[in-house]
Amino acid sequence: MQSLIKFVGRLFLFVSFPALAGCNLVVMSPSGDIAVQQRDLIVVSTVLMLLIIVPVIFLTLFFAWRYRSSNTSAPYDPEWHHSTRLEVIIWSAPLAIIIALGAVTWISTHKLDPYRPLDRLDAERAIPAEAKPLTVEVVALDWKWLFLYPDYGIATVNEIAAPVDVPINFKITASSMMNSFYVPALAGMIYAMPGMQTRLHAVMNEQGEYEGLSTNYSGDGFSHMRFKFHGLQQAGFDEWVARVKAQGTALSRDAYLKLEKPSAREPVRYFASVENGLFDAILNMCARPGQMCMSEMMHIDMAGGGGAESHDNRAKLEYDNRHADDAAHGEAAPGATFPATGNPARSPEPAKGIDAPHQPTETPIQQNMHEGHTTPGSAPGGPAAPQMNQGTTQP
Amino acid sequence: MFGNSTLTEFIFGRLSWQAIPYHEPILVVTFAAVVLGGIALLALITRYKLWGYLWTEWFTSVDHKKIGVMYIVLAIIMLLRGFADAIMMRIQQAIAFNGNEGYLNPHHYDQIFTAHGVIMIFFVAMPFVTGFMNYVVPLQIGARDVSFPFLNNFSFWMTTAGAIIIMMSLFVGEFARTGWLAYPPLSGADYSPGVGVDYYIWGLQVAGVGTTLSGINLIATIVKMRAPGMTFMKMPVFTWTSLCTNILIVATFPILTATLALLSLDRYVGTNFFTNDLGGNPMMYVNLIWIWGHPEVYILVLPAFGIFSEVVATFSGKRLFGYASMVYATCVIMILSYIVWLHHFFTMGAGASVNAFFGITTMIISIPTGAKMFNWLFTMYRGRIRYELPMYWTIGFMVTFVIGGMTGVMLAIPPADFVLHNSLFLIAHFHNVIIGGVLFGLMAGIVYWWPKAFGYKLDPFWGKMSFWFWQIGFFVAFMPLYVLGLMGVTRRVSQFEDPSLQIWFIIAAFGAFLIAIGIASFIIQLVVSFLKRDQLRDNSGDPWDGRTLEWSTSSPPPDYNFAFTPVVHDHDSWYDMKRRGYERPLGGFKQIHMPRNTGTGLILAALSVALAFGMIWYMWWLAILSFVAMLAVAIGHTFNYNRDFYIPAETVTTTEDARSELLAERT
Amino acid sequence: MASNIQAQDTDKPEFYLTEEHHPEGSTMLGFWLYLMSDCLIFATLFATHGVLGRSYAAGPSPADLFNLPLVAVNTAMLLLSSITYGFAMLQMERNAKTETLFWLGVTGVFGAIFLGLELYEFIHLIHEGAGPTRSAFLSSFFTLVGTHGLHVTFGIIWLITLMVQVSMRGLIPENRRRLMCLSMFWHFLDVIWIGVFSFVYLLGVLG
Repeated sequence: MQSLIKFVGRLFLFVSFPALAGCNLVVMSPSGDIAVQQRDLIVVSTVLMLLIIVPVIFLTLFFAWRYRSSNTSAPYDPEWHHSTRLEVIIWSAPLAIIIALGAVTWISTHKLDPYRPLDRLDAERAIPAEAKPLTVEVVALDWKWLFLYPDYGIATVNEIAAPVDVPINFKITASSMMNSFYVPALAGMIYAMPGMQTRLHAVMNEQGEYEGLSTNYSGDGFSHMRFKFHGLQQAGFDEWVARVKAQGTALSRDAYLKLEKPSAREPVRYFASVENGLFDAILNMCARPGQMCMSEMMHIDMAGGGGAESHDNRAKLEYDNRHADDAAHGEAAPGATFPATGNPARSPEPAKGIDAPHQPTETPIQQNMHEGHTTPGSAPGGPAAPQMNQGTTQP
Repeated sequence: MFGNSTLTEFIFGRLSWQAIPYHEPILVVTFAAVVLGGIALLALITRYKLWGYLWTEWFTSVDHKKIGVMYIVLAIIMLLRGFADAIMMRIQQAIAFNGNEGYLNPHHYDQIFTAHGVIMIFFVAMPFVTGFMNYVVPLQIGARDVSFPFLNNFSFWMTTAGAIIIMMSLFVGEFARTGWLAYPPLSGADYSPGVGVDYYIWGLQVAGVGTTLSGINLIATIVKMRAPGMTFMKMPVFTWTSLCTNILIVATFPILTATLALLSLDRYVGTNFFTNDLGGNPMMYVNLIWIWGHPEVYILVLPAFGIFSEVVATFSGKRLFGYASMVYATCVIMILSYIVWLHHFFTMGAGASVNAFFGITTMIISIPTGAKMFNWLFTMYRGRIRYELPMYWTIGFMVTFVIGGMTGVMLAIPPADFVLHNSLFLIAHFHNVIIGGVLFGLMAGIVYWWPKAFGYKLDPFWGKMSFWFWQIGFFVAFMPLYVLGLMGVTRRVSQFEDPSLQIWFIIAAFGAFLIAIGIASFIIQLVVSFLKRDQLRDNSGDPWDGRTLEWSTSSPPPDYNFAFTPVVHDHDSWYDMKRRGYERPLGGFKQIHMPRNTGTGLILAALSVALAFGMIWYMWWLAILSFVAMLAVAIGHTFNYNRDFYIPAETVTTTEDARSELLAERT
Repeated sequence: MASNIQAQDTDKPEFYLTEEHHPEGSTMLGFWLYLMSDCLIFATLFATHGVLGRSYAAGPSPADLFNLPLVAVNTAMLLLSSITYGFAMLQMERNAKTETLFWLGVTGVFGAIFLGLELYEFIHLIHEGAGPTRSAFLSSFFTLVGTHGLHVTFGIIWLITLMVQVSMRGLIPENRRRLMCLSMFWHFLDVIWIGVFSFVYLLGVLG
């Protein structure tokens, strides 16, 4: 069966698209087992549907030609408009195809569920009993990718490596925008969403350098949200880990908060060490000191909320508006449109407010965020709506 | 100084000179062209003293035929804007390689693809479809007008107002940079603080009022105003598809309205519906917007299916094969379209069973659609197919659409979708069904009903030019996108790194230029036909040997549509009448009760533009003022009880006698 | 014409009406359709509340905030206004203009009291720091209840307009039709409120 699919796949490739033989149809010739199975599904479903599409196109053209008005030798029956037998056929033919496809869909959707751990390395090989999967934590930032390797205590930006024939467990989240994590040669995509964790299980079967990218539009720098995926032999991978450890700096929360600021076309970066619990903090949107973690919030909510006297919690949970707040402290007002400031709405330039809580002079940890951000000398009434103070407020 | 700036802020909100994009050469040139063209147009109208004519005969008209025509004019104008966006994207993607950033920065490019999607769906396809339903449905069911003629005029102007709001964003401020569905958190106040998303929201909300009301209007019309004898199963297929479409409109547009209202609350008030923090849930927006968004696809395509059904039966000279199964298929599609929305985001990580359920329901839709395809096929079987323009588009549709249907079912298989989602394969797929299905249907509809609306046929040469350039251009433009999708290229990207992709984008751009020639040919066709209208004239009212009631009256139809209300005995009622020796009534005409024109709809729509502008730019005084004014005008309108009049019997007699003479001349 | 006439088709039935055709009025159907579309807006808001109703963002929950006796009084006001609208319609059937106007006025007063209580509740909540921006739960609560309140507001404006029109022109067919429409609208809002009261307030506090 497998070889048949492969054969049909090749046939499909080289017969249907002779012109394409030369170019890299990565989706149709992937290198990871999951993507291979997904490719097979595309081929199977196409073949199944061609069973009905080809006759329809042929009949359309044939009838259009045969029953043209100039062809008076063809029969003409203006009153003929019903035939129970034909009606049964035209409803049941698509139905039959869809029953077949539906069965394929149900089975394959469960089998290729990205949350389901792998049960094989590829069509021929099961997972060896002693195999230890590699865990990679993925964070989609604006607009670059951060990969953390909890097993090795390292992290990288815009580059990912994995040994071939080792199952990889991805845990995926994002800092602010919805993105989508996709390495076409490896496996299908899955969304990366802030405050949530999605998962993907995959395995790479061939050595090589592959493209990875974000496939869900997330703003200005989206076009360059690309990274390389290196499929390496175990030895090569160990070497790569060693290189990251040797060349990298430390990824503290502080460093993360700097990294997290919007920027595009980031070069590859290595981190030799990662502060404990960083991924969890990112996932729970509390990497910044003073923030309440989502998990804690949910715990409180499950227990019936924080009660009437919980006003302080609001500031600890504010997450999105940090960019607007920065503006109140001297950045160009984001309420204005692009032409007004010359900056895209989310300026890639470093924002001043963000660093404030880490300055040594400030910050007991529980301090509420607004206070943390207020630079001495600014108006005591708190920041005005950003669009109101364009050009008026200076720190 | 301080007081002064507060005053300025009070008056202009966040509007300032900097919001005018005078440093974007493309926009400046466009603006100059629009201004010059606009001045020329206004000057011409003034020169030929057409203002009064336009005002009394068109703008304030409650005649469903004129409103239908105005809808289609709006759609054609907006098609040019939407297509200009398409060409700009194609050029950008064809050149932005090897470090070349192209001529559009992401900031501009992101607005363009958002505007392209919004305009093509909401302000091209929707007005086209509504225009056809408005024009044709009352004629097909033998009615004098729609149920609520004033509401119809108001709906049209609200749609136009929405289009104006969107167009304003071109020259004042900016448009959304979020993609056509404006997913949060990107579209939230914190990540898109500018006016772009507000333009988007208000444009759609204002137009949405029009769409919903026109949906209510047409359902009431179809249910209540049918000619005697026309039972549901004797309605023409286009009327059936219109009924289903309008049910879909009424049952989904409120969801869009509510969803966008929640997004506006997030943006204006600071609520937490779709924020990342404080318990908000952006995934809910994605669900809600697609609960509207998927039926929307069928809102567009069902009327096109109806047009093809009329065309294929008429030009095959034959009854439609399987009328009943066609009707059932339409209803099944209507119902199923509600339970498939999740297939737009299989990759969000719902469980396998949920994904599989929605994948399979999606596939099930292809069964009734397939049945329809076969019905058209067997209508041609044993027919005598006359190759007039509408038939070209229909054959083109049948060949093109099945390919789009096939790729659609591929995308419905969740694991396959994981590798194809958001890729250019997806883009190719939905352009395949929207161009190959909806647009071809609308073009067929234009050439099919044009003689009814204006009394002369459209020029066949330029029509064929238009068809072939569209058809070939479509394949050249979108087949490369299928290929690129299989190469793992995603949508909404403005710059590329892999040089091996470039050739495909160049081919696609070339295809877009072929389509541009197709559109130009269409415009030329309209102009040439107008100039040659005496040669192309049809006095019979029935140029195609039609089968439904609209062909029984004159072309263009009189204000009252039918001097006497027809009685229906068969679903091809005009064919039935011709076959059984119907004789046109020549006398005994009576006065006819008709609704009176009113300018209230236009005034309300104009005020809603002001309201939207005030809200977008935080000019609160303007928003409040226009809202109060709207309320006052609306209430004032209800104090007018004098809303109808009678066309005297003599006028009817004169009109009908003139037609008798024309018909006599022919024989 | 290419039509071939068959033997059984030679009988010629009537193909048009010589009398003016009066299709039955579609106002009620049209208005009913509008109400259904409005109902979908509320359905969306209810669904939203269903999703977000327990996302307190570590803040106050319904049990901390809602004053059920006040809401019960509020509900009673709206229900009473529906009954008095019914009285107005009965008087309209009797063609009694003054009585109709009287009951319409009573309806309006009940509606206004309802609105007043709702506003009081809102202001009170915002004062306590539990405004619509506090948490997703409060966002959806304020929006759902506020949208209903907005509908009642427009209902009252409409009611006043109709009262003026009835007093100017009497119970002519147009005005009767309009009163029927407003009646449907008013009862519709009542039904929605029962949903709000049970699902938002009662289930919120007790559930």
